[in-house]
Amino acid sequence: MNPSNEVELSEAIASAKGPLSIRGGGTRPIGSPVTGDLLSVAGLSGIELYEPGALTIVVRAGTALAEVEKALAAENQRLAFEPMDHRGLLGTSGTPTIGGVVAANVSGPRRIQVGAARDHLLGVRFVDGRGSVIKNGGRVMKNVTGYDLVKLMAGSFGTLGVLSEVSLKVLPKTDAIASLMIYGLSDDGAVAAMSKALGSPFEVSGAAHVNESADGVAVTFIRVEGFEASVAYRLAQLTDLLAGRGEIVTLTDHDKVAAQWRDIRDAKSHHASGDDIWRLSVKPSDAPAIAARMPRGTRVTYDWAGGLIWAGTDSGTDLRAAIGPFNGHATLIRADEATRAALPVFHPEPAPLAAISHGLRAKFDPRGILNPGLMG
Amino acid sequence: MQMPVPDAAVLSKKARIVELLQSVLPKEAVIHEPEETRAYECDALTAYKCPPLAAVLPGSTEQVAAVLRICHEEGVPVVPRGSGTSLAGGALPTADCIILGVARLNAVLETDYDNRFIRVQTGRTNLSVTGAVEEHEFFYAPDPSSQLACAIAGNIGMNSGGAHCLKYGVTTNNLMGVTMVLMDGTIVEIGGAHLDAGGLDLLGVVCGSEGQLGVVTEATLRILRKPEGARPVLMGFDSNEVAGACVSDIIKAGVLPVAIEFMDRPCIEASEAFAHAGYPICEALLIVEVEGSPAEIDEQLGVILQIARSHNPVELRESKSAEESAKIWLGRKSAFGAMGQINDYMCLDGTIPVSSLPLVLRRIGEMSKQYGLDVANVFHAGDGNMHPLILFDANKPGDLELCEAFGADILKLCVEVGGCLTGEHGVGVEKRDLMLNQFTADDLEAQLWVKDVFDPAWLLNPAKVFPLSVTQTRRAA
Repeated sequence: MNPSNEVELSEAIASAKGPLSIRGGGTRPIGSPVTGDLLSVAGLSGIELYEPGALTIVVRAGTALAEVEKALAAENQRLAFEPMDHRGLLGTSGTPTIGGVVAANVSGPRRIQVGAARDHLLGVRFVDGRGSVIKNGGRVMKNVTGYDLVKLMAGSFGTLGVLSEVSLKVLPKTDAIASLMIYGLSDDGAVAAMSKALGSPFEVSGAAHVNESADGVAVTFIRVEGFEASVAYRLAQLTDLLAGRGEIVTLTDHDKVAAQWRDIRDAKSHHASGDDIWRLSVKPSDAPAIAARMPRGTRVTYDWAGGLIWAGTDSGTDLRAAIGPFNGHATLIRADEATRAALPVFHPEPAPLAAISHGLRAKFDPRGILNPGLMG
Repeated sequence: MQMPVPDAAVLSKKARIVELLQSVLPKEAVIHEPEETRAYECDALTAYKCPPLAAVLPGSTEQVAAVLRICHEEGVPVVPRGSGTSLAGGALPTADCIILGVARLNAVLETDYDNRFIRVQTGRTNLSVTGAVEEHEFFYAPDPSSQLACAIAGNIGMNSGGAHCLKYGVTTNNLMGVTMVLMDGTIVEIGGAHLDAGGLDLLGVVCGSEGQLGVVTEATLRILRKPEGARPVLMGFDSNEVAGACVSDIIKAGVLPVAIEFMDRPCIEASEAFAHAGYPICEALLIVEVEGSPAEIDEQLGVILQIARSHNPVELRESKSAEESAKIWLGRKSAFGAMGQINDYMCLDGTIPVSSLPLVLRRIGEMSKQYGLDVANVFHAGDGNMHPLILFDANKPGDLELCEAFGADILKLCVEVGGCLTGEHGVGVEKRDLMLNQFTADDLEAQLWVKDVFDPAWLLNPAKVFPLSVTQTRRAA
């Protein structure tokens, strides 16, 4: 099914006879395997409204992310949450859509400074499992009118409804960007250094640690962005603040720094491996100890100052069982279908919360036809 | 204001309910004598009052759970209450309800500067959260005007904002986790010191649910390092349109101020008479504040001042010192108090797209003449969150009703131009009956599903947020 507008989308869902597998650009096949008729949202495309002076954009869900980013760049603005491109990691091709970004709540390194995709999502229109069109939120930045279904839809992977339109808060692009790299830190040392940087007033917009870089030396990356003089000032302050921990090198070439953070955003160091890829969200200072409990040979990198762990394991490994209980959650982002069918892709919830999630799906999709089983 | 008819069966078993509550709480934590329950008859929306059946002040999450289990079994509605500062009537009781106040739950449970969060009990006031971390130069960003008194519980219930949201977001963007008690007494943990949800974002829908999904007893909040400094600039214009255009140009220029506040002539005149901040008497006044090191502030203010000059301001005043900054903020911060000196007033809270500002202000001016009631406008211009203050005389028969009708018309206008009924105060009872102006029946139905799942018996704060006609069958079931 390839609806080209919201009415057709509504009709397609209302008349569906069985399960639907919902797709935007098809670049983020995350979740337990779903069997169902393909429902593509890519036909719902186009920017409805863009007001640079109000920092808002309203876009149909199937619009290519690149088209949105191009329109924003023309006004020197951007999606500040820096959505990751999953194609390299998941070996997919195709065109990422804005609806896919929202449905998977995809953010990047700037998550720690400006929030996630869900924090920039102002409003949604979607079609529920009965075929009814529902709107929530709007296109203004402060809105507490009724329940916030906007947040609920972000990261619901199409299991509560199929997005037809999203409105987003956008922010100005920054003039300058710079990285500070510290070489040779242990995982503990890196998390401590990143924590020190984020606890400073110098507005760090990225903090990552890659302990198996191409040349075999661990590198800790700190990013600052803003007006040129301000970036130079903060880079100098951070260099002073972090002195004595390891060799520090700074990089201010815009394109080189941007490429560096694109690689961090997309977890590039895991692209070529044949590993299963897990993504863990944890309290940053817990991260090194959690990583130490992983099976020998697990390849680990850190983003979000340690709060996000990318872990590459041997195929079929139940990483959750290996590390035992921890505060946070682990998602199996990349694995073959058999592994994703055998292991819960999303972190199992405690019984009362699982009952609530189940209850919500049963209300929004009473026939159980929207990506059934994808989130467990 | 229509409220549901109190449940006669509940009213008739008051003695038994009080006894059950006393069996799980210390004696002084159960307030049931009529002269005492009066203290809980309203919140900051004082036009509506109704003493509850009883009020309870539990001292732990387990006591909250015990109270809710009893109310669940006995079919007693529960209205959660933080500090009672809601301007929307979010904590307004019904005669058959138990007020569940979290005022005694005010401890700091954990501060963690390495991971930049604080965990508190939710009866703690907003300002005292910052108070607990400021010796380490940290702060909690959401700053509603009532921050001295309002509780984190209420902030979470209403997803409260403040003046600095343009840069730091509102409560939902700074809330990392909660401990919450469901209506049947089940205690759940959602989120924590890590980021984002592992499954559906339940935390996101709990925040702003006006105490209808559960009672939040503990919260993990994001704290941030204070900026090196902040400085405002004050600019006066001879029309609202020009001030609105200036706001838009500042935003487009790539500077992100932490606050852009707007006041119109009636508001400027009243605050000036009250606080003597030395404001220019003009049509529209903006206060724009930026943060950073002294050099960074100079650079950003340079850009902002250049834009302001291109709009021919009647006044342009850059703060050069802490004293000058305080003076610039003085009038704005006294605005509500100043209006209260002159009159009774009703404070609205609609949000509009920033681009509609001149149109909306013009229409409000026209309606003001039609209704014969004065309006002063003060609001957060950067995010379009308006606070028109309608002046009326509470002692004059019919004036409150006239004021409410005028307010409803303004809120409908906000929706008409693409905005919403409430930006940071919440719906409560105040805007409940306007919800169908913003939402279709299907839109509201989807929200009701969420309550059906969290609170199937519809006992938590049941008469709020949605028009009573829409929820009647569910409440009666």
